[in-house]
Amino acid sequence: MAYLGNTDADRRIMLEALRLERIEDLFADIPAAKRFPELDLPPAMSELEILHEIDELAAMNGGGPRLLSFVGAGAYQHYIPSIVSFLSGRGEFATAYTPYQAEASQGTVQTIFEYQSMVADLLGMEVVNASHYDGATAVAEAAIMAVRSTRGRDSVVLAEGLHPEYHEVAATYLRPQGVAIRAGGSAADELINAVDERTACLIVQNPDFFGRLHDLSGLADAVHERGALLVLHVDPIATAILASPGSLGADIVTGEGQSLGIPVSYGGPYLGVFATRRSLVRKMPGRLAGETTDAEGRRGFVLTLNTREQHIRREKATSNICTNQGLMALRAAIYLASLGPQGLREVATLCYQKAHYAASRLAAVPGCTVNGGEDTPFFKEFVLSTPLTADDLIAGCAQRDVIPGLALSRYYPERTHDLLVAVTEQYSRAQIDALVDAVTAVTGDTQA
Amino acid sequence: MSDTKKEAAVPKRLAANYSFGDPIPPLLYEISRDGRRAVRLPDCDVPQIDLPSELLRADDDPLRLPEVSEQDVVRHFTRLSHANMAIDTTFYPLGSCTMKYNPKVNEVAASHPAFANGHPLVREEDAQGSLAIMYRLQRMLAEISGFSAVSLQPAAGAQGELTGILMIRAWHESRRDEKRTKILVPDSAHGTNPATVTMAGYETVEIPSDAEGNVDLDALRAACDETVAGLMITNPNTVGLFETRIEEVTRAVHECGGLVYGDGANLNAILGVVRPGDLGIDVMHFNLHKTFSTPHGGGGPGAGPVAANETLAPFLPGPVVDLTGERYGFRQPEQSIGRLKAFHGNFGMLLRAYVYIRMHGPDGLRAISENAVINANYLRKLTEKTFPAKYDRICMHEFVSPGNRYEGVTTMDIAKRLLDYGFHAPTVYFPLIVRDALMVEPTESENRETLEIFAEVLERIVTEAKDRPDLLHDAPVSTPVRRLDEVAAVKNLKLRYER
Repeated sequence: MAYLGNTDADRRIMLEALRLERIEDLFADIPAAKRFPELDLPPAMSELEILHEIDELAAMNGGGPRLLSFVGAGAYQHYIPSIVSFLSGRGEFATAYTPYQAEASQGTVQTIFEYQSMVADLLGMEVVNASHYDGATAVAEAAIMAVRSTRGRDSVVLAEGLHPEYHEVAATYLRPQGVAIRAGGSAADELINAVDERTACLIVQNPDFFGRLHDLSGLADAVHERGALLVLHVDPIATAILASPGSLGADIVTGEGQSLGIPVSYGGPYLGVFATRRSLVRKMPGRLAGETTDAEGRRGFVLTLNTREQHIRREKATSNICTNQGLMALRAAIYLASLGPQGLREVATLCYQKAHYAASRLAAVPGCTVNGGEDTPFFKEFVLSTPLTADDLIAGCAQRDVIPGLALSRYYPERTHDLLVAVTEQYSRAQIDALVDAVTAVTGDTQA
Repeated sequence: MSDTKKEAAVPKRLAANYSFGDPIPPLLYEISRDGRRAVRLPDCDVPQIDLPSELLRADDDPLRLPEVSEQDVVRHFTRLSHANMAIDTTFYPLGSCTMKYNPKVNEVAASHPAFANGHPLVREEDAQGSLAIMYRLQRMLAEISGFSAVSLQPAAGAQGELTGILMIRAWHESRRDEKRTKILVPDSAHGTNPATVTMAGYETVEIPSDAEGNVDLDALRAACDETVAGLMITNPNTVGLFETRIEEVTRAVHECGGLVYGDGANLNAILGVVRPGDLGIDVMHFNLHKTFSTPHGGGGPGAGPVAANETLAPFLPGPVVDLTGERYGFRQPEQSIGRLKAFHGNFGMLLRAYVYIRMHGPDGLRAISENAVINANYLRKLTEKTFPAKYDRICMHEFVSPGNRYEGVTTMDIAKRLLDYGFHAPTVYFPLIVRDALMVEPTESENRETLEIFAEVLERIVTEAKDRPDLLHDAPVSTPVRRLDEVAAVKNLKLRYER
C-alpha cells in the first residue's frame, strides 16, 4: 500500500493533461536498460500486520517491564513527565520543517528561542544554538570551532575522562582536517601542561565518563594564559546543582541533552547541546533563533546569522550541518519548563543521593570496591570492581532480572572486572536494594 | 486591519496574554511566578549525605528557569503549535525537502517501550529485536538502491555526505594515492555538498550546468584529472531533472581514477524506478526523513544511512549489524572510517523507516515515486503560464521556476502571499542556478484537487502582482506575525531571553 492522494481516475486525468499514455512515459530520461528493476523485498503489509510484527520484534528484546537496568555511560534513564511526549507529538510540531518561512513557523522558532534561553541559563552561557546530532558530534564540532577561532593552532587536547565513543567521533571529524588529537591525562596540572602553543582547545568532560566530578576552578584561566580555549562537556542534569560551566570560564560548552526528556531509544535520536560566548558566536556552527519585530512592530522570531551556514556560505561555512535535532530540542524545552529550577535541582539531588546510597551499599559487598576504593566525588555514576569478571556478574544478575551496569571491558579491554553503574532519580530504594542483593548473591555464589 | 476589527480587538492586558487568533504567546519566562511549579518528584527514600559544597553553584550563579504550572506548559506549547504550518495542517510544497505525509503508525511503533526504553549498551543478546530491525533495514535499503552494504550510523543527510566523502578519501589513502585533493560539485548542488567537501579536507571544484539543466559533460571531462578524488552528484538533481547522461558522467570520473558520491536527497522520485548503484554511483546516502516518511520535526532529527558498493563497503562507518546463523550482532567494517556519532545511529528514525518500507513492499515503493512524479508534472503543467519551469521537459518529483517574472514583486513576496492563502511556500532562492527560484515539490500524498487549487492561487497572486502589488509587498497578513525583519535580527542580535 502507499499513502497516495490520487485515484486511478485522477491519474488518468493528469496523464491526459500531460499528453502521456502511461505513467511509465514519465521516466523516459532514465537509461532503458536500468529502468524499473525488480526489487527483492517482502510484500506490503497492512497497519495491523506490521504492528503484530513490531510486537514480535519487541519480544525478541530481552528484559521486559520487570527488568532493572543500571546501564548509563552516556545514555540515561531519567523520568520523563507525561506532557513531554504528549506535547512534542503534536503534528504541528512534528510534521513541520526548518522554519525557512518564519511567519508560518513561529511555533518552531519561538520554541528554539525558548530552548536557547533556558539552556543558556542552565549552563550559565551567553549563546546556545538550535542543536547538534548528539553530545559526541557537539564535542567534535566544538573542537573544529576552536581550531577556527585560534589562528595557527592545529591540535586539541582531550582529557582522559571523555566518553570513549566521543573520542572516536572526534577522531573521525578531525583527522581529515589535519587536526591532531593529544591525550591530556586527568589531573588538573597534567591537563594544563598538555596545552601548548599549538593547542586550540582543551576538552574536559565533567562529570567524566566514569561519573567522577572534578574541581575545575582555575582551569580556564590557566588554559587561556596559554592562548587556548576551554571546552567543557557536561551532564545538563548535574549542572542544576553544580557550578555552571559559564561560571567556570568555559569558552564552549557541549552536552548530551538526552537526559532532558528524551528516551534512550537504543542510541538515538538524542540532542547535541552547544553553547558559547557572545564574542565567538560568528564562529559557531548550527542554526540560531533570534528575536526581531514584524511589520507592525510586534515581537517575532527568525533564524538568524545565516551567513555562517552551508546554504549561504557553501564551502566556507562553519559546518555542513543542516538538519538538526529540532524535535528533541522541543522535548528538552518542555522538560525544563515542566521541572523548573526547583524540580531540576531535585532531580539532580536525587540522582546524587541514590547513586551514593547504591555505591555505599555495593562497597560493603564482600570482594567489591567502588571507584578503586578512593573517596572520589561523583555524581550519578561510579565504577564497581568485583571479584568476578564483569561479564560473569552481568550474566548472573540477568537471571535475577537485573543488569547491574556496563562492563568497562567494552571500551577498556584490560578492565575485565570493572562495571560502570548508573543510578538516577527514577530508582526506588527497594530497586537499589534489589541491585545490591543480586550483586551480593552472584558474587557470593562464586566465592562460596 | 479593518476598522471594525481594530475596534473589536481586546486590550492586550485583558486578553489573559492570549486570545484565539492573537499573535504568538509570551515567553514562559514572562509568565513565570516564583514558586509555581509543574511536575513533582518523589521524596528521597534513601539516607541523605552532604553534597560536595566546593563544587556547587555559588549564590551569584543561581539556576534560573521559568516557574510555571503544568497547565501553563500545556497551553503554552499547544498555542505555539497553532502558530506553525505543518504537513498535518496544510500543503507544504517545500522543494528538496519531500514534505510527504508521515504515517502515525510509525510513531506508535517507535514509542513501544521495548524500543523506546532499550538502552544502546545492553548486551546484543538482550537487543535482538532492535538489531533485527537494523539488519533488515540495511538489507532493504541496499536492495532499493542497488548497493552491497549499508551503515545506519549517520544522523542526517549532511552527515551521510561527510561519511561518503570520508570513505572516498580513505579508499584513495588505502591505495597510497595522495595526489587527489579535489571534489567536483555541480553548481546546482545543495550547500551541504561544498561544505562537506571542506569538512573532509578537500577542495571544491564547481562544475557548471548545461542548457538542459544537466551537468555540463564537456566541463566535467575537462575537470577530470589525477587530482580529482571524486564527484558529488544529486540525481535527480536540484532542478528536479534526471541526469540523462548519468552513465557517461560516472564513467568520466571513474576513468580519471575518482569515485562518485550520490546525494540521495531526491530518492523519492526513483524508488523502484532505477537504482543509483546500477548507474555507476559508488556510495550514496538516504534521507530517511524525506523519502521514508520519518517526521521532519521542525528541523530534525533525521537519519542519513549510507550505502556503498563492494569497493567501498569495507570503509563504511561502524558498527554495522550482521546476521550470523540466527543471531544478530555488531561488527566494525575492516577498513572503517570510524564512528560518526555515539552509539548506533538514530534508531528511533530507523524503526519508523522500517515500518514504512515494510508497509509498502516493492509495488508500493514504485507507486510512491510514480505518484510523486506525476503530481509534480501535473502541477508543472497547471502553472506553465504563471510560473513556467526553467527547463521545459518532463521533470521528476519537483520543478523549479524563476520567480522574477512579475515586475515590482519578488520571489519572497510571492512566497509570503502564499502563506496568506494558507499554503506553505515552496523553497525560494534555491538552487542558485535559477534566478530567484521557486522550487516546488508536491509529493505523492497530495491529491489532484489540492494541486489544482494551489495552481489557481498562483494565478490569483499573479493577477494581484499586476493590480494590487501592495497585497504581495505587505504579505503575510493572516499569519500570527506579519513580515519579520531579518536584517534587524542580525543588527540587534537577541539570541536568548534577557531579564
